[in-house]
Amino acid sequence: MPKYLLLKHYRGAPAPPHNVAMDEWTPEEFSAHVQYMRDFAARIQESGEWVDHQALSPEGTWVRSDGEGRPPITDGPFAETKDLIAGWMVIDVDSYERALELAGELSAAPGAGGKPIHEWLELRPFMREPDTITE
Amino acid sequence: MTPVDEALLRELTPAVIGVVVRRGADFAAAEDAVQEALVEAVRVWPDDPPQDAKGWLVTVAWRKFLDAVRADSARRAREERVDAEPTPAAGELVDDTLQVYFLCAHPSLTPASAVALTLRAVGGLTTRQIAQAYLVPEATMAQRISRAKRTVADVRFTQAGDLGTVLRVLYLVFNEGYSGDVDLAAEAIRLTRQLAVRTKDEEVAGLLALMLLHHARRPARTAADGQLVTLAEQDRGRWDTRLIAEGVDILQAALARDRLGEFQAQAAIAALHADAQTAAETDWPQIVEWYDELVRLTDSPVARLNRAVAVGEAESPQAGLKALTALDPDLPRYAAVGAYLHERAGDLATAARLYAEAARAAPSVPERDHLTRQVARLRR
Repeated sequence: MPKYLLLKHYRGAPAPPHNVAMDEWTPEEFSAHVQYMRDFAARIQESGEWVDHQALSPEGTWVRSDGEGRPPITDGPFAETKDLIAGWMVIDVDSYERALELAGELSAAPGAGGKPIHEWLELRPFMREPDTITE
Repeated sequence: MTPVDEALLRELTPAVIGVVVRRGADFAAAEDAVQEALVEAVRVWPDDPPQDAKGWLVTVAWRKFLDAVRADSARRAREERVDAEPTPAAGELVDDTLQVYFLCAHPSLTPASAVALTLRAVGGLTTRQIAQAYLVPEATMAQRISRAKRTVADVRFTQAGDLGTVLRVLYLVFNEGYSGDVDLAAEAIRLTRQLAVRTKDEEVAGLLALMLLHHARRPARTAADGQLVTLAEQDRGRWDTRLIAEGVDILQAALARDRLGEFQAQAAIAALHADAQTAAETDWPQIVEWYDELVRLTDSPVARLNRAVAVGEAESPQAGLKALTALDPDLPRYAAVGAYLHERAGDLATAARLYAEAARAAPSVPERDHLTRQVARLRR
């Protein structure tokens, strides 16, 4: 029963076929988009495949250690950062094929003009526990 | 106050569900009612232990079922159905517990659903425990279980089931090592043991032996810091000799009946490993023969891959590599096997490159870390 992460990007994914920036949508188009996402989440909760979903703020900070006894250094945000994650959904499904199917459905959320965006989502398998029987 | 015997409660679960179904409840409602009865038993028994545990559970579960029917808005329809349900003929020899196994592993269920339903209705675990074991929210697991019940709602309870699907479900529970507060490997063994008591099937025995022989190695399989320890490097003094002896006995009795199947063949391989006092004493030629049987029985690419390792040990690393060339390089662990055989053949550069490739493709963190350490070791 593999788990997968569906990653949605603000930036860094290939451009979708129906590429109109969200800030150019009408309020109704935006509401329809949000409703589609909610319905999708409700559907996979009902099918027993939903694990988690979160949206992330686009604002972020880079942090690193600056050595013992010193406060961490912060920097950014970097405008030139190539990749920016918008949010994720975690699913627990029977197969890779099923994960593809669900990612395809999520990617069809409507955008400008109520047409499916067909945006690119990144599908990443979770590491699992090692098998008990190996030989 | 007498502590509640939870093992007994869980052992009785499928049989009690069976009785409630035979009295006319549908499976889904019976299963819910029995879960409620289990909760009540845990509450009541410490102060008031019953004379007859099963009888008590049947009575309480039946009452819970009737309460639910009365509370149900569609009660009329359901009561009519209950009334119309034929009572089983006296002396009908069907094992209720066995029927619950069949239903929970019904071929119409997906593997994840069958596993969840089996752990609840056969294993007597709560939805919360199953959710924790598989690291999903409790609400998700509850949905998965209720969907599974709807899927099998029209399956007749007395219909003969498919033992093969039951065994695959139990194998999955054993093999996927997730752990919450429930030890799934131990639970799989308990359920397979309970099944073996009820059937004379050689493959049930084979699967039980396979589980026992692998479970015996568990204390040696992981180092104190969580690192994987390979079979060759395990401290064999930490293997559980009692489990090995039991597994071997069960396997020998099954093999003697001469109806070989894939689980018996896998168990035979595990038994040969268990039999070697040191890794060097392993009877690899015989292990190759069992892999030949396994390939014949299953035509599984994974069996062929493992056979290549065994050939590498029984004949020579070169022979193992030759066996490997016939296989699809996209197979999981293909690179890891290649790395191992190349190292044995003395080609350390190729081995290091393949270990690195295998680490990148590893499906679990302990495997990835183990493979990464091999790269570091060879490139030191």
